[in-house]
Amino acid sequence: MLKRSIENLGNRTIQGVWRIGFAARFFVAMLLHSGTAFRRFGLTIREMYFTGVLSLIIILVSGLFVGMVLGLQGYETLQTYGSEEALGILVALSLVRELGPVVAALLFASRAGSAITAEIGLMKATEQLSAMEMMAVDPIARVVAPRFWAGVISMPLLAALFSAMGIFGGYLVGVQLIGVDEGAFWSQMRSAVDFEQDILNGVIKSVVFGIAITTIALFEGYDAPPTAEGVSGATTRTVVTSSLVVLALDFVLTAFMFRGLS
Amino acid sequence: MQNDNLVEIEDVEFGYGDRPVLKGINLTARRGQVIAIMGSSGCGKTTLLRLIGGQIKPGQGKVRVAGESLGELDSAGLYRLRRKMGMLFQFGALFTDISVFDNVAFQLREHTDLPEDAIRDLVLMKLHAVGLRGAAQLMPAELSGGMARRVALARAIALDPMLVMYDEPFAGLDPISLGVTGNLIRRLTDTLGLTSLVVTHDVQESLKIVDYVYFVSEGVIVAEGTAAEIRASGLPYVHQFVHGEADGPVPFHYPAPSYADDLRLGGQSA
Amino acid sequence: MNKTVLDLWVGLFVIAGIAALLFLALKVGSTSAVSASNSYEIVARFDNIGGLKPRAPVKSAGVVVGRVADIRFDNETFDAAVTLRLDKRYAFPKDTSAAIMTSGLLGEQYIGLEAGGDSQTLKDQDRILITQSAVVLENLIGRFIYGQAQEGAPQ
Repeated sequence: MLKRSIENLGNRTIQGVWRIGFAARFFVAMLLHSGTAFRRFGLTIREMYFTGVLSLIIILVSGLFVGMVLGLQGYETLQTYGSEEALGILVALSLVRELGPVVAALLFASRAGSAITAEIGLMKATEQLSAMEMMAVDPIARVVAPRFWAGVISMPLLAALFSAMGIFGGYLVGVQLIGVDEGAFWSQMRSAVDFEQDILNGVIKSVVFGIAITTIALFEGYDAPPTAEGVSGATTRTVVTSSLVVLALDFVLTAFMFRGLS
Repeated sequence: MQNDNLVEIEDVEFGYGDRPVLKGINLTARRGQVIAIMGSSGCGKTTLLRLIGGQIKPGQGKVRVAGESLGELDSAGLYRLRRKMGMLFQFGALFTDISVFDNVAFQLREHTDLPEDAIRDLVLMKLHAVGLRGAAQLMPAELSGGMARRVALARAIALDPMLVMYDEPFAGLDPISLGVTGNLIRRLTDTLGLTSLVVTHDVQESLKIVDYVYFVSEGVIVAEGTAAEIRASGLPYVHQFVHGEADGPVPFHYPAPSYADDLRLGGQSA
Repeated sequence: MNKTVLDLWVGLFVIAGIAALLFLALKVGSTSAVSASNSYEIVARFDNIGGLKPRAPVKSAGVVVGRVADIRFDNETFDAAVTLRLDKRYAFPKDTSAAIMTSGLLGEQYIGLEAGGDSQTLKDQDRILITQSAVVLENLIGRFIYGQAQEGAPQ
C-alpha cells in the first residue's frame, strides 16, 4: 500500500516535470512562431475581440463594485483616525498596485483563459489542428500565437480599465454618497500615487499576468486529451493553475517592486 | 514524373510507446488510382495515413511520397510537400468558427497571394464540384454529417493536390450520402487526375469504386488485389471481412479466460 | 461576426484601455520624481530621521517643493545624511532650516523647510546646517499609553 502510494507520487512527479518541460518548449515555439501574429495583425485583432472585448463587461462591473466596497470599508476604517480625506489614497493605491492587476487577472483567467483552453482543446479533439497541419499551416503560428499576443495586449488594458472603474466607484461612494471632500479626495490621491512606482509597476504586473494566463490556457488546451472529459478537465485546470500562478507571481513581483517603500 | 508510384511504403514499422501498431508494411499507390486500405477497427489504418502525411515518423522503414522520403525532410520540406496533399478527416474536421466558404478558402488564403475575386471563383468551383455551392455561407454547425464531409472534401482539393487521403469517408453516413461520397471520390480522382488513398472498413461501398485494395490486419498486410480479386478471394480473413461474418479468423470474443471459469462453474463443466 | 464590426469593437476597446491608462497616469498619479534636469540636490544631516522614507515629500510653507531622493547612514559622523531633490523653480536662502515632521498624528513623515534670511541661496550639493530631528516614536507611544491610562482611571 505504502509502496504503491510512493510509486504513484514518483510517477506524478515525473509526469509533472515532463509537462513543465513540454510547456517550456511550447512557450519557446510560440514566441518563435509569433511572426504571423504580427504580419497578419488581423488574426490578433480577431482574438482580441474574444479575449478583450468580451471580457469588458465583467471587468468593468467588477471594478466598479470593488471600488465601491473599498470606498465604504476604507471610509469606515479611516474615519476612526479622522483622516477620511485619505480615502482617495487608499482606494487608488490598493487598486493600482494590487487589486487592479490581480483581480482583473483572476477574472481574465476565468472568463478568457477557460474559453481559450476549451476552444483549443475542442479544435484538437475534432482534429481541426491536425487538419491544419495537413494543410501545411502550422497551428502554433496560425492559432496559438495570435491568441497569445491578443491576451498579452488585452490584459494591461483590462487591468487599467478595472482600476479606473474602481477609482470611479470609490469616488461615487466616498464623495457623492458619504460626502468626503472632493478636492481632498483627488489631491491627496495625486500626491500619494506615483506614476513610476505605482502605476507603471501595476502595468508591468498585468503584462506578466497576461503572459502567464494565456500561456497556461493555450498550453492546457493544446495538451488536453482529445475527449470531452479531457477538455473539461483542462479547462478547470486552466482556471485553477492560472489563478494560483497569478497570486504567487503577484507576491514575487510585489516583493521586488515595493520593497523598502512606504 | 520519374516514377509511376506516387506513394511507396517499404517495411514500415511503428508503435505507440511499446505497443506495436504496424509491423512491416509494404504498400504502393500508383498515380491516378483509388487505393483502399481496409481492415477492422484499430488495426493501424489511420496511423498509416498519419505516416504518409508526415505527422508521425516511422520507427523503421521508408515512406516516400512523390519520390521524397518523409523521414529525411525537415519541417519546411514537409510543409512544402503537404501543400500537394489533401486529407479528409473522419468527421470532416472543418474549422467550426468560420463559414463553409472560408473553410474552403483557408488554404488559398494561407498559401497563395491570389486576389479575393480569384479566391471567390476558385472556392465556388470547388464547392460546385461537391454540389454544395448553395451552402457557401452556412456555418459548419448547420451542416449534416454528409454535407460536412463533402465540404471537407472541397477543402482538401482546394489547392489541386496530387494525393488525397480519406480517413473513413463512409463512416456514419446514410445510404444516399454513402453513394454520393463514393461516386464523388471516384469522379474527382478521374477528372482532377488525383491519386486517392481511402482508409475504410466499408467493404461493399468501397469495392465499387476502388482500383486496388490492401487488407491490413494486426499490423501487417494480409491480402491485396483488385476489387474483383478481393471479392473472389478464398483467404478466410478476407472472406470473413467481405461477407461480414461474426466469427472467423477475427474472433467474436475478446481474449478472455474460459467462460466456465469466469462464471465459477469450475467443478461441473466438462 | 462581420470583420469591420469586430475591428470597430476592438478599436473601441483599445481606445478605452489607453484612456484608462491616461486617466491613471494624469488624474490619479503624478510624476513625483522630479526629473534630474529640472532639479537640484541638497544634503541635510539629522541625528534621527524617525520613519522618514525615500520619496517622502519636502514641503515649505505646506507646499511640496521636492522629494527625498536618498537616505544614508554616515559611518564617520554617525548621523543620517538625507539627500533632498528640490525643484529648480524654488530657491532657498543659505540659512534655511530643515525639520522632520509628521502629517497628522499617524500620518506620513515629511521634511519641512523653513526659509531663513540669507541673501545667498542654496546651490546643488550644498548642505543645510540647521536641522531638527524627528519626534522619537517612543515618546509618542509613551504619551499615547499615558493618555489611555488616564482615560481608563475613573471607571
